[in-house]
Amino acid sequence: MIWNDEFETLPREALESLQTKRLQQVAERVYATVPFYKQQFDKAGVKPEKIKSLDDLRRLPFTLKQDMRDNYPYGLFAKPLDQIVRIHASSGTTGKPTVVGYTKRDIDNWTELMARSFTAAGANRGDILHNAYGYGLFTGGLGAHYGAEKIGASVIPMSGGNTKKQLMIMQDFGSTVLTCTPSYSLYLAEAAAEEGLDIRKFKLRIGILGAEPWSEKLRNEIEEKVGIKAIDIYGLSEILGPGVGIECIEAQSGLHIWEDHFIPEIIDPISGESLPDGEQGELVITTITKEGIPMIRYRTRDITRIIAEPCICGRTHRRLERMCGRSDDMLIIRGVNVYPSQIESVLMDIEGVEPHYMLIVDREGTLDTLEVQVEVNEQTFSDEIKVLQGLSRRIEKEIKDLLGISCRIRLVEPKTIARSEGKAQRVIDNRPKE
Amino acid sequence: MKVEQISIFIENKSGRLAEVARVLGEKGVNIRALSLADTSDFGILRLLVDNTDVAQKTLKENGFTVNKTEVVAVEVPDDPGGLFNILQVLDEAEVNVEYMYAFVERNAGNAVIIFRFDEVDNAIAVLNGKGVSILSGEKLYSL
Repeated sequence: MIWNDEFETLPREALESLQTKRLQQVAERVYATVPFYKQQFDKAGVKPEKIKSLDDLRRLPFTLKQDMRDNYPYGLFAKPLDQIVRIHASSGTTGKPTVVGYTKRDIDNWTELMARSFTAAGANRGDILHNAYGYGLFTGGLGAHYGAEKIGASVIPMSGGNTKKQLMIMQDFGSTVLTCTPSYSLYLAEAAAEEGLDIRKFKLRIGILGAEPWSEKLRNEIEEKVGIKAIDIYGLSEILGPGVGIECIEAQSGLHIWEDHFIPEIIDPISGESLPDGEQGELVITTITKEGIPMIRYRTRDITRIIAEPCICGRTHRRLERMCGRSDDMLIIRGVNVYPSQIESVLMDIEGVEPHYMLIVDREGTLDTLEVQVEVNEQTFSDEIKVLQGLSRRIEKEIKDLLGISCRIRLVEPKTIARSEGKAQRVIDNRPKE
Repeated sequence: MKVEQISIFIENKSGRLAEVARVLGEKGVNIRALSLADTSDFGILRLLVDNTDVAQKTLKENGFTVNKTEVVAVEVPDDPGGLFNILQVLDEAEVNVEYMYAFVERNAGNAVIIFRFDEVDNAIAVLNGKGVSILSGEKLYSL
């Protein structure tokens, strides 16, 4: 099912001409109303009227998360506060949070894009949508909430945490669609098992999961253990919140990014150079309809590639490959770029190994060390040392084969790696800061 | 005649072994014999107890990873050369021992050797053929 046939299946040519027109408008708007952008454009020597085509986008400067911090809280807003109806902020684990504001029309657009996303994921009216994304400053809860109401689903505004209660409500209310992070969906399955419940017997049929990078292997595991179709959703508060991109249930392969509202680009994260469709690099997004806080070439730090090939679902909006990680999460270990998701995919390939892991990075003398903690369970446990050591060696070897770095595997007791109810914490970097 | 043994994964962290002993003690499970195999990161604790099912269930409920395996308990006179005689029998029949441990019976003056074999049935056949005394679970747990 398609929510908005007209726009979701717009022929490429018409879509691109709409993008061009909207790009020109947003460039003019931010130049006129946001001192930061005026300064940036002037520094780059480009006037808004010089933007004639989509290719001209490359002449505009990037916007970084740091720019949002430098202009904290309202410096990048393009509308006066009397037109802002909602304010959200990122968690701000390092320093000040990043603050975003929405006009009435921004909220309407967001709701529309979430309605498109939910519909693409296979949800519709009649579904009981269990929304376990956090409500509050985080965009996940309210973003999903509005879109779910729009499609006519019955929304249960659970928010995060209180897992036992989540399970009770899910079972008693007959929830059919679950929205939360991928790691939390697995945690729910585990917690259910501990309560003597089989979550696969619940009425859940679809999980719309996002807010952290996850692998195809983890998807398989979730689909099996939770008994749902697991659909990847993408979003970030700086751009909108959830609903920037979504996998369609037809293909479950790549996330359609709503190109009538966003222009995606892929760049080399080091040089900043634009890369052609199909090449992997950092995703950069320009918002072309947002009023409250438009973003020009925002560097998302998410690593992906653009899939330009048409999709079987009929939508003409290009797809982003599942995020392989964030350039922020990227660890440089002995000079090698390592994404936690790569290690996750190795672990998930090995029969019986738990998807819970922790990477401990440290330094001995001048050498970086990587320890991967993996939980032993009844399936991988043996009463013979050699079997467990064989398991460790196999994981070590497969990580070495994939990444070219050696690591040390530490087998730990079950459930000793912290489970997260929000975004999973996978890395502890103990190396001295430069 | 096999005997049930439970094995427990134990991280190399202080207090873990004590936790196993505490949990079992509180449930009134008595440990007949034990062996601990260790590496730098973890250990495997193998136990023969008077109530395997209760022990396994209790440990699981307390978050431990537990396995049940079958081992063979052999009784030999507690004299010099007692162990050698058994091992020679096994060696001649090319039966491979994964690991073993032993304890001495309190009253009878015999030693009991616990063997973990790859091919348990074959090993039992070999031992039976040579008239070696194999203890049943019941006998062992009640020693």
